[in-house]
Amino acid sequence: MKLRSLTLAETRKKILEKSISQADVYNDIFASIAESNTELNVYLTTVDKKSALEKASAQISNELAGLPIAVKDNFCTRDMETTASSTVLKGFKPQFESTVTKKLQENGGVIIGKVNLDAWAHGSSTETSQYGRSLNPRNLEHLPGGSSGGSAAAVASDMCLAALGTETAGSIRQPAAWCGVVGLKPTYGRCSRYGVASMASSTDSPGPLAKTVEDAALVLNTIAGPDKYDATTSPKPAPDFTKTIGKSINDMKIGYIYHDLKGLETTAALFEPQLKVFEKLGAHVEKVDALDPNYSVGSYTVFQRGEVSSNLARYDGIRYGKDRSHFGEEAKRRIMLGTFTLSKGLAEKYYSLAQKVRTLYIQDYEKLFKEYDVLVSLSSPGFAKKIGATEGESMFGELEDMLLEPSSISGLPGISVPCYRDPKTNLYLGLNIVAPQWREDLVIQVGHAFERETKWNSWLNINESND
Amino acid sequence: MTKKNTPFTSAQMQHVAQLANLELTDTQAKKLATAFTETMEVVNRLQQLDISSVEPTHQVTGLTNRWREDEVDKSQEFTQEEALHNAAHTHNGYFVVPRIVNQDS
Amino acid sequence: MNQMTNTMTNAKPKYRLICGLEIHAELKTASKMFCGCTNNPFHAKKPNSHTCPVCLGMPGGLPVPNKKAIEQTIQLGIAVGSKINQFSKFDRKNYFYPDLAKGYQISQLDIPFCEGGEIKTPEGQVGITRIHLEEDTGKLLHNTVDNKKVSLVDFNRSGVPLVEIVSEPDITTPSQAKEYGKALRDLLRYLNLADCDMEQGGMRLEANISLIESTAPQGTLPDYKVEVKNINSFRFMEQAILYEMERQAKILDAGETPTQETRGWDSTKNKTYVQRAKEDAADYRYFPEPDIPPIEISDAHLAELKQQLPQLPSELRSDWETNYSIPLKTAKLLSPNSVAAAHVSDIFSLAQKSDIKPLEIANAIVNKKIAFSGTETAKEVIQHYQKLTQTDEVSGDELTIIIQAVIAENQDAAEKYKNGETQVIGFFIGQVARASDKKLDPKHVRSALIKELSQ
Ligand SMILES: [Mg+2]
Ligand SMILES: [Zn+2]
Repeated sequence: MKLRSLTLAETRKKILEKSISQADVYNDIFASIAESNTELNVYLTTVDKKSALEKASAQISNELAGLPIAVKDNFCTRDMETTASSTVLKGFKPQFESTVTKKLQENGGVIIGKVNLDAWAHGSSTETSQYGRSLNPRNLEHLPGGSSGGSAAAVASDMCLAALGTETAGSIRQPAAWCGVVGLKPTYGRCSRYGVASMASSTDSPGPLAKTVEDAALVLNTIAGPDKYDATTSPKPAPDFTKTIGKSINDMKIGYIYHDLKGLETTAALFEPQLKVFEKLGAHVEKVDALDPNYSVGSYTVFQRGEVSSNLARYDGIRYGKDRSHFGEEAKRRIMLGTFTLSKGLAEKYYSLAQKVRTLYIQDYEKLFKEYDVLVSLSSPGFAKKIGATEGESMFGELEDMLLEPSSISGLPGISVPCYRDPKTNLYLGLNIVAPQWREDLVIQVGHAFERETKWNSWLNINESND
Repeated sequence: MTKKNTPFTSAQMQHVAQLANLELTDTQAKKLATAFTETMEVVNRLQQLDISSVEPTHQVTGLTNRWREDEVDKSQEFTQEEALHNAAHTHNGYFVVPRIVNQDS
Repeated sequence: MNQMTNTMTNAKPKYRLICGLEIHAELKTASKMFCGCTNNPFHAKKPNSHTCPVCLGMPGGLPVPNKKAIEQTIQLGIAVGSKINQFSKFDRKNYFYPDLAKGYQISQLDIPFCEGGEIKTPEGQVGITRIHLEEDTGKLLHNTVDNKKVSLVDFNRSGVPLVEIVSEPDITTPSQAKEYGKALRDLLRYLNLADCDMEQGGMRLEANISLIESTAPQGTLPDYKVEVKNINSFRFMEQAILYEMERQAKILDAGETPTQETRGWDSTKNKTYVQRAKEDAADYRYFPEPDIPPIEISDAHLAELKQQLPQLPSELRSDWETNYSIPLKTAKLLSPNSVAAAHVSDIFSLAQKSDIKPLEIANAIVNKKIAFSGTETAKEVIQHYQKLTQTDEVSGDELTIIIQAVIAENQDAAEKYKNGETQVIGFFIGQVARASDKKLDPKHVRSALIKELSQ
């Protein structure tokens, strides 16, 4: 077995035991990048192996033991090109560090490169990247999803041990589902947004994409917590997220939502049998009705594009970057719609309406969480779409992310864990687990229990997925 | 029952583009008008919901008073060099833009 | 002088001025409004050196509000009698300009920190509509570089806390507009909230000007409004309002309505000019700032802010008048800010205890008869004053010898005195003072002179 296919937790253990060296790990990961990156188009920037290894050796006694991490290219990294996958920022070298990447590095993570995303995180495919789409490592004819598609693909292709992404509405969990990896979207306000190019400020949430739930928890431990530079982070100190790894889910109440949505019949038939595992583990699963996620699409579309139109106003090419003519089609489309819905006389009609609908979702969750510890559903309506699927689809992302949007706009934590693999296409479905605000511990506990009891994680079941 | 909205026009797109500080070709404006019509149809479905008794949610954290004391924080302050590092045009420590108004100061 | 009333000296003026002001002032804080950068734009060593990811609008720069600036805004509100909105929030005002780093200004739309209140002027009260807190923009310099006309941008001012004080359209004359502005400036300085350096742009004036028929009932508002921006002195504001009154009167006389528009003041040509017509009136696309949670001021916090507020200048000055007979003009000079005012109050009270009239000390300070830098203790100031008025001890014999010598030298004058021209006594006092090398008490000299001259 190659070192690259060890999980973060396993690699860390072996390094601390000195059964392998950091150099062994870096050699194999960089070999993987050399083999696959040209074809997959995942890394936009990589660092030099030697300097990465030097950093790693200085970090060996810290939490992440100097292990190699990929970072979505919308995090500002000092002196390292940061583009948000847009040519507007081509050549931009921030003179400061985002809080999350700063924390990651202080806790022993080493950034080995910056990975592709949908430009400005607008999309669910990486097809809006102005540096070309990435491919799904599980099946090269398919897309990795997005916007954190590069992060998911980097993990799935063993080109890093874990990755950082951001989710505004589905952007961590949907690509995680499509690439067969774990994606953890923390509670809004759990991880700082300082230094992350803002998309929709009121829902942007940085978080990890990883091989396993435990790996995701390990990474989250290093990046979570209050930040004096982000007024929307919670002042609560972050707990140890690995605490609920391995904890029993016996007697937990799990609500299965979005079980009868139109168009989901085929995937639901594959998904539902997987939930039996929970019964086996002593939990109770019940189908329950939640507010139709179709409305979240409209609500999210309005306030997100409004915030986008304002957040992208700073890109004028004066202080850094290039002028506004370099925006791609999707960014322009979003800026335009947001500008329109915020304009005189319309803000009340659209913006305020969208935010009221948001309240309806929050109230719906409050009601559901009185009954259930966590809620589960599919992460995405289907498997990864083929390349080129976004052509002419102005609402592509919103529809692909529909099952995740209600929890995103409500600021709740969620995790996507692989829950089915199609043997013919080698493509995955994801199980989405959502918990109340600040209860990442619950989604980690339930996600981990599911992952250990099923055969869908390709790193924990190496033989299973090689058929 | 929601009535079908009238489609958007290129002229409307050009007006919005002006507000957004974007330049659009005629082709782009036409394409955008179509996309607008599609998207606003999804948005207009929201009117089916009863929102008469709900307040809008602008923020989900429930936090208030996340202010800071009035202290200078040198750790984040850029040097002039750092501030100008990524600028396309600079002059004597300033950012340079084409003349805004026609006068010397 | 108001030219319009000038030209119609005998008749009642045809139109009445309806005017409200919007005044921006930069708050005096150590750091900027939403980041920890130094708030010192006018004295920075280099352009763009007090900047950071937040005030330069870098990707992911996020605002964290300055508590002191919020408290200062609320204190200003308390001082003018505003209702304080204990629940408030910030909003984004979106527009593009090269000096606006983020492409939006963080401001307040529907829930400003303060609503209502008033400022007194000699021509009557002017109501305050609202006071809100926002951030300043960077600064543009227009220049020619390499033969190209360019604008240079300095972001040291970007994000400096700025209060905007909007008045009711209660101002009825250009001079009242000036008085209102001055009163507000004095208050901001007095409370140590702002320096209001007009020349540097630390305080900026905008006037909303319209006219209505004099016969229209009070409270009626005209159906148009002309906004004049970029006024950087009270004198220019007075001139701009006068100019507009004449310009608008002519249009109204012709039976037309002046165009609703934004105009600027050209201080070299002494006229206003169109900046922006109504058709392209800005659409700022306001929405609640998602990066800053709302602000809730508790009752206790508000009470504390009230308590911290020094005695207001109007109250202080009237106290001085009642207790110490200090006229308003002198009082104003001695109370530029609350710290100086408190110090002077201490001096007055000590003076009274030392049997010195506070007014005499006040005059001595104002007329620079005694050194007064503000750093002296009250006791020292009193001592300086006493020294100023102190006289040397002279023996009666010594004085008599001098006086007799002076009389001997001025027999003519002595005759005049004896003939009833007693005013020559002043002449003698002067001569005696000159003849002596000591500082003599004039009262003492006078009585001694009278005694000698009457013999
Ligand atoms: Mg303003
Ligand atoms: Zn700053």
